[in-house]
Amino acid sequence: MNLAEILPPLLPLLVGMPLLLGAAGAAVRKNKLARHIISMGTLSAIFVFSILLVIATRDGTVLAHRVGGWTPVDVGSEGETFEIAIPFVVDALSALVLMIISILGIASVMFAMATHEARARFFHPFVLVLMAGVAGALMTGDIFNLFVFIEVMLLPSYGLIAMMGAKLGAHGARIYVSVNLMASTLLLVGIALVYATAGTVNLAELHGAALEDPAVAIAGGVVLTAISIKAAVVPVHGWLTRTYPMTSPAVTALFSGIHTKVAIYAIYRIYSLLFDGDERFLWVALLVTSATMLIGVLGAIGEKTTRSILVFHMISQIGYILIGVGLFTTLGLTAAIFYLLHHMIVKASLFLSTGAIEETYGTGEIEKLGGMLKREPLIAITFMAAALSLAGLPPFSGFVAKFSIIQATLEETHYWVAAVAVIVSVFTLLSMLKIWTGVFMGEEPKDLQERALTYQERMHGKRYLRVEAQAETPTLTVGPPTSTTMAVLSGEQAVKVPAKLIIPGALLAAVTIFFGLGAEVLMSLSATAAEGLLNPEFYVEAVSGA
Amino acid sequence: MSIAIAVGLLTAAAVYLFMQRGMVRIVLGFILASHAANLMFFAAGNPAYRAVPYIDGAPFEEQADPLPQAFVLTAIVIAFAITMYMVTLAITTTTDDDTENDEESPAKVLYGERRPRPVGPPADAGISDTGDTEDVAVKGVSTESGEIAVESGDDETGETK
Repeated sequence: MNLAEILPPLLPLLVGMPLLLGAAGAAVRKNKLARHIISMGTLSAIFVFSILLVIATRDGTVLAHRVGGWTPVDVGSEGETFEIAIPFVVDALSALVLMIISILGIASVMFAMATHEARARFFHPFVLVLMAGVAGALMTGDIFNLFVFIEVMLLPSYGLIAMMGAKLGAHGARIYVSVNLMASTLLLVGIALVYATAGTVNLAELHGAALEDPAVAIAGGVVLTAISIKAAVVPVHGWLTRTYPMTSPAVTALFSGIHTKVAIYAIYRIYSLLFDGDERFLWVALLVTSATMLIGVLGAIGEKTTRSILVFHMISQIGYILIGVGLFTTLGLTAAIFYLLHHMIVKASLFLSTGAIEETYGTGEIEKLGGMLKREPLIAITFMAAALSLAGLPPFSGFVAKFSIIQATLEETHYWVAAVAVIVSVFTLLSMLKIWTGVFMGEEPKDLQERALTYQERMHGKRYLRVEAQAETPTLTVGPPTSTTMAVLSGEQAVKVPAKLIIPGALLAAVTIFFGLGAEVLMSLSATAAEGLLNPEFYVEAVSGA
Repeated sequence: MSIAIAVGLLTAAAVYLFMQRGMVRIVLGFILASHAANLMFFAAGNPAYRAVPYIDGAPFEEQADPLPQAFVLTAIVIAFAITMYMVTLAITTTTDDDTENDEESPAKVLYGERRPRPVGPPADAGISDTGDTEDVAVKGVSTESGEIAVESGDDETGETK
């Protein structure tokens, strides 16, 4: 069985299947179970498909398919051919990113099912359309279709962020939609400029165009700027920290691994093809990534809730991932791709484990939490593993990722970038310790239980019977009887994070340990992906030969 | 040249509207901005060629470039959908995005009295991370009170009501 021949004609299924099943899910009005099954089934199918793609591309093979079977037609008198097909291309990089995103999708949807968010009629359809957009954006070999698929990805996100944030106000959704529409408009302008200067929007045909023509380089710069807004690179990062904490933890976890990361993927792809890794602009990327690392991590210091701290760290980590584009060497790109894959898993795990606390105890504010190590040891372990991985300590995947990225900067003698990376690591660890000491260590606040009960009652419509705390001595209470509000539950009724909320985060934490111990395998896959970026000729060949 | 001037004017007007406080004005700004982007596509396709781009519809040398037209069509559809969504967001809140007065808020104009505070997570449910979000949490949104619910608003809570 030759996967490289079987898979290409099936590529459009990755986009079509989730779209179709998403519509089917929306059509099932009453049956929650059917929607759950459709959603999980589709996500699992995408996961299996992406594993097959990784296997097929592990030796550097590039799969390409012209949707609809169109071939370049001869139109002109001078034997000019005109490209009208929509190419779908998969190489090691897109296959790996798709695989990790499908893992994230499964974990986040599991979490959302546990919090009952997924019972909403449109939750699963939105997630499936989102996945269709992601698959399309990762596979498309055409810069205009990249825009279209990014929009396909964003539209359900607008729905998700408003739907899950409706209880918190539309504030976050407004900023989110406005900024993304702004970036999309700029992207559109950039694409128009690319078409005007280069005469094509096909990435394979655009190979090296910016290297030859400064006008195309400027057009490409506009495109990259627009995508950088979507990737939340400093100085255009402000929207991320104001929108991601404004929705539910499940949606934050899902978005953290998808939107900014697809944008990062697009930056790599476009710089590799359009600019052919042009060395003249690399210093810009290094400057921007260093600023992103530093400002992201410093911003986290002032934050008071777990999720907003984590969102600021996301920005700083985006800086690490983009160092690869500033180096554009084999080692740099390999390390950056490994970092990207590791980061998606770890970040989502952190969002889900702190989200489990938030969903149970009704707050993510560090000051109002405490003593969780004793109360929720499993979450504590999950968080610890992911946090240490984020900070870059062995044996987790973060260590391999950070070590190799710093090694790559040293190899290129960019000592100041390496210095920034190390300093930021220390700050990351400090920030993680802040959450650790604030949430997991220390004294349990007296009102923790009561707050959790009130929150559960409000959110899930449950009623808790508050058993009155029978003091050892039936004392005569003086003063107003406040027992109904101040009562304490007996031990077995105490609020605890249910296992179904712990599992998704723990699953992802296990993946990061697996990546850390089995780094060899993932590293060699990342190296293949890096070779693909360094030698886009194979990509171009695959597209023209498909 | 006329397209260049039009793009410049549209962009200037759009930027001016983006700087306004009201959501509706920002939405109008986006409409203008997307027009500017669409015109750029037309310019990219060289508007000097105007014949119908069908096979055998006109001499090949006179046919317009169909690709930018297809792009613009796609972009218009997407921009229209998002604009509609933004308008919906503009009326689903009583407190405005920024410093807009309550009186000027579309929801206030449409529904008179301010909606009562919805049942939701307490104000400290992890959203008081930035200064001005706190404000929103306190004042609340009226999406759950029925009349002006966002899409699937009636469904989203599932059994949580």
